[in-house]
Amino acid sequence: MFSKILIANRGEIACRIIKTAQAMNIATVAVYSEADRNALHVQMADESVFIGPSASSESYLVGDNIVQAALETGAEAIHPGYGFLSENADFCRLCAANNLIFIGPPVEAVEAMGSKSAAKTIMAEAGVPLVPGYHGADQSPDLIKQAANDMGYPVLLKAAAGGGGKGMRAVYAEDEFDQALEAAKREARNSFNDDIMLVEKYLLTPRHVEIQVFCDAHGNALHLFERDCSVQRRHQKVIEEAPAPGMSETLRQQMGEAAIKAALAINYQGAGTVEFLLDTQGQFYFMEMNARLQVEHPVTEMISGQDLVEWQLRVACGQPLPCSQNQLKINGHAFEARIYAEDPDCDFLPATGQLTVLQPPAENAYVRVDTGVIEGDEVSMYYDPMIAKLIVWDIDRDRALQRLIQALSEYRIAGLTNNIGFLYNLATTAAFKAGEVNTGFIAQHEQEIFRQRSLDIAYAIPIAAEAMASLREQQALDSANHSSEPNSPWHLKNSWGLPNVQLQLQIQGQRAVFPLNRSRRSTSSTVVSTDLGFDLFTENGYFRCCEVKPNLGENVEDGMNSLKAPMNGTLVALTVEIGSPVLKGDTLLVMEAMKMEHAILAPADGQVLDFFFQPGELVDGGTELLAFEVNENELP
Amino acid sequence: MAMIKTKVDPRTTEFAANAKAMLSQVNDLNTVLKTIYQGGGEKACARHTSRGKLLPRERIQNLLDPGSPFLELSALAAMNVYAESVPAAGIITGIGRVSGQECMLVANDATVKGGSYYPLTVKKHLRAQAIAAENHLPCIYLVDSGGANLPHQDEVFPDRDHFGRIFFNQANMSARNIPQIAAVMGSCTAGGAYVPAMADESIIVKDQGTIFLAGPPLVKAATGEVVTAEELGGGDVHCRTSGVADHLANNDHHALDLARRAVARLNRVKPINGDIREAVEPAYDSREIYGVVPADARKSYDVREVIARVVDGSDFDEFKALYGTTLVCGFARISGYPVGIVANNGILFGESAQKGTHFIELCAQRKIPLVFLQNITGFMVGKQYENNGIAKHGAKMVTAVATANIPKFTIIIGGSFGAGNYGMCGRAYDPRFMFMWPNARISVMGGEQAAGVLAQVTRDKYERDGRNWSAEDEAEYKQPIIDSYEHQGHPYFASARLWDDGVIDPADTRMVLGLAIAASHNREIEETKFGLFRM
Repeated sequence: MFSKILIANRGEIACRIIKTAQAMNIATVAVYSEADRNALHVQMADESVFIGPSASSESYLVGDNIVQAALETGAEAIHPGYGFLSENADFCRLCAANNLIFIGPPVEAVEAMGSKSAAKTIMAEAGVPLVPGYHGADQSPDLIKQAANDMGYPVLLKAAAGGGGKGMRAVYAEDEFDQALEAAKREARNSFNDDIMLVEKYLLTPRHVEIQVFCDAHGNALHLFERDCSVQRRHQKVIEEAPAPGMSETLRQQMGEAAIKAALAINYQGAGTVEFLLDTQGQFYFMEMNARLQVEHPVTEMISGQDLVEWQLRVACGQPLPCSQNQLKINGHAFEARIYAEDPDCDFLPATGQLTVLQPPAENAYVRVDTGVIEGDEVSMYYDPMIAKLIVWDIDRDRALQRLIQALSEYRIAGLTNNIGFLYNLATTAAFKAGEVNTGFIAQHEQEIFRQRSLDIAYAIPIAAEAMASLREQQALDSANHSSEPNSPWHLKNSWGLPNVQLQLQIQGQRAVFPLNRSRRSTSSTVVSTDLGFDLFTENGYFRCCEVKPNLGENVEDGMNSLKAPMNGTLVALTVEIGSPVLKGDTLLVMEAMKMEHAILAPADGQVLDFFFQPGELVDGGTELLAFEVNENELP
Repeated sequence: MAMIKTKVDPRTTEFAANAKAMLSQVNDLNTVLKTIYQGGGEKACARHTSRGKLLPRERIQNLLDPGSPFLELSALAAMNVYAESVPAAGIITGIGRVSGQECMLVANDATVKGGSYYPLTVKKHLRAQAIAAENHLPCIYLVDSGGANLPHQDEVFPDRDHFGRIFFNQANMSARNIPQIAAVMGSCTAGGAYVPAMADESIIVKDQGTIFLAGPPLVKAATGEVVTAEELGGGDVHCRTSGVADHLANNDHHALDLARRAVARLNRVKPINGDIREAVEPAYDSREIYGVVPADARKSYDVREVIARVVDGSDFDEFKALYGTTLVCGFARISGYPVGIVANNGILFGESAQKGTHFIELCAQRKIPLVFLQNITGFMVGKQYENNGIAKHGAKMVTAVATANIPKFTIIIGGSFGAGNYGMCGRAYDPRFMFMWPNARISVMGGEQAAGVLAQVTRDKYERDGRNWSAEDEAEYKQPIIDSYEHQGHPYFASARLWDDGVIDPADTRMVLGLAIAASHNREIEETKFGLFRM
């Protein structure tokens, strides 16, 4: 076994790997960028090496620096985690050239799976079922478009080198194709430095079921069952579970065998995931193979009782797989919910800021929290805004789901917008309870998940009003305690002396009024105060609430001709000419932040007077981006 | 301190009858207030809001810190005074917290006769300013008024305490660094134009607020110039060109937000002085006051039962409990603030007046605010008392009350008659605040007594003429006098004319006093120099 390894990653996965290494008495070396100087993974590791500025392109993606760090610290092997350099063939070769073991598949396998189109060709030859698509080397836009037209819309454009939803676009009609292709290519270029695209038939409402495989250097291959990762937004997984609900033993066996066949076709070694689309008829199609440890690997660990990182380490130093296929059994059911700094109500716009409060639920045999941050840490614009993975287990799906719901309602995060409430609502929907998952789940149950049905709002109004009244009482106490005159009745917050005061509430973005002095009703809801208002976790779902801020009108000095950056990020492209007429809703410029593109749209018909930044410049959230003039006849 | 042990049993039929009588008066008050809160009525309010304007009470609610109490003053002003209904005299005044500071708010109600100034509107505006000046409260004027009510100009314009006094007060308060902030949210015409112009900082709502000395019709009549209100004195003109206003607001909410910000940057710190403690609720329910006070005003009761339901923990340390027992004096706390309480417990005698004088001196010396609970038919009359110098003893108490330079608060909880009103800090003695209970009565003497006095004079005349005056004729003569005294002595009649600062629910006495005392602490308590006491 290794005596020292370097972990070429950050955040929760780096911490996760360190934990297993420590349990195996393997010394660990962390690497860190400027932004991660005080990060948890650095504190947990035995040693740490600084590898460059905050931007990952200058630190975690610079293979030379990482190899250098490994050599300097005497590490024998490098664990790449997921993302960053985990599926980079050049990096594998660089490791080999420096006599460092890359804890992952052989470079040939990485290369074979690195290009999605090439991977499909290999799989077709090996007899693994495929979704119809074009994976050709000829990248002329017209040809790709023709292929899309031939297979019929909708189609899915994907970056051949891609993953994690970057460089991916669904196209529903021919006239959207050109723009989508251009955007996908741009994103792919920025994320992977490679804009080769493939196009596939877009199966509507399929399930995303993947098989965890493991192979060693001695020709052994097995699978550790499936994970259902169907519930996705913007092609990113939201809640994963194992086993897949409703999976038959026969289908499991067929898919497992197909996955092993796929792995063997490329002489795979180590941990890999073969992703399939499963349609409603039980037909499954090979999607791609991820030559790394997956984000959602913990659910497999929970039901199999195995430590996959330990397996990776054993395989990497030449040991055989710790057990055989028939020794593996599914035990119970596990869920993983990905907790992100993002705004689900605002198209999952990533959020940045300080985690002023971060109190995860208590960990025990049923609840596991994988995280790389602690209270007080920053979620910066440089990396993926994941805060933690919440993993729960119990003896069956119903009980595990109940654990998930409970744990989500106990999760306390303040300081930045997060998706806890969204996850809570998703997990409490009847359809999710029934296991009716597919990749369109969130869109299908949008009304319910975002709690915008009038029924839900009507239910929440008195509870929210009650919560607000008690928050005000708390504020009154606080303000009294912080004053030199704590006894003064002027600290009261009950609007004494004002007749008919109506609380102006906003619940899930919808306005509601409720009389302040209505008789109190008791509820079992949990109220969590946030920067913007308060969160309500009720028996019937989560509600984001705040007091309605009065409309102060447009700033007189600025007029209507100002547009601001929604968040910190990089300006990518200016899409219109200064002075040329644009229509309301036209894209004026594109920003990239947290590896996502955000378009700034024209607020009305008019023209851009000036752009204040050029592509490539970093922009702070809230900064004016451009001056816009509204057409005279558009003014109200 | 010693806790007052109640002797009142809430289970008696007498208690229930008292409570029923008081409750019906409180309910009547609430009904009257409910109508007044509707301002100029549904139609006028609908017209007002259709222009995107907030109603004056909504403006106040949005100006205040969320949830702040509002100590409204003289809501009954002008009730049944003029031929037409002028709810709240068309102006809402009161104290509330803005950006953490207790401020005096003065808001015109444009739904009531266009917010024009009736004589009582002026009086109410001036009273609000007087309270602000006495207690050092920043003033915020939410202006939306057409100016003086022209049919009443003789009672509005020329005299000392008429319209012009508003601006005199603004200038003089500003001179004493009592901030003056105006938000023009509607018309602000003629003399009214000086409210924002005289303010330390002024805000105007664009396309809505106007400030001019003469409106477009008057300009046309005077010079023939045709001009729109907006061109003449709109927000844009005053913020960009004339400089009459300082901040341009987009709408009412924005104007109120700007006003809040103006208060936030005043750089004022409330001077906290005295031995202030944690506030403790009374040991007895405030609503029991309803049953404590006899339904029949002529029946006596122990005023300590009222004190026990107002002061912190019902704790009351009495001064000279055994002497001059018809006046109860003692130390207590209300909402944690130390107070001296002077309360009538019967008619005033020479001893009680001397005791009161001594107690007032004590409080002035120690800078403890005084609370007067007034229920007084007057000083004792008769040869014995006059010969013992009751006038002189009464004068001592009046001197003490008049010159004690500490905050004084008066609640009329029963009768307020004759010289008793003076000794117990009636309106003429400048209490910082003065409120009445709905069961209270105020007049130079009781209706019965007045009718009796006048009847005696008439009877003497009859007898001089050798004529006979039948008992029926006398009764017929007396009744209208009694009725008139009853009518004019009623708290609504008094409050309508600003003889007080409002009629309150007795159960709210503690809250009202607590807010008022806390507000009064915005001004440091000064030294007292008493006048000469006749010995």
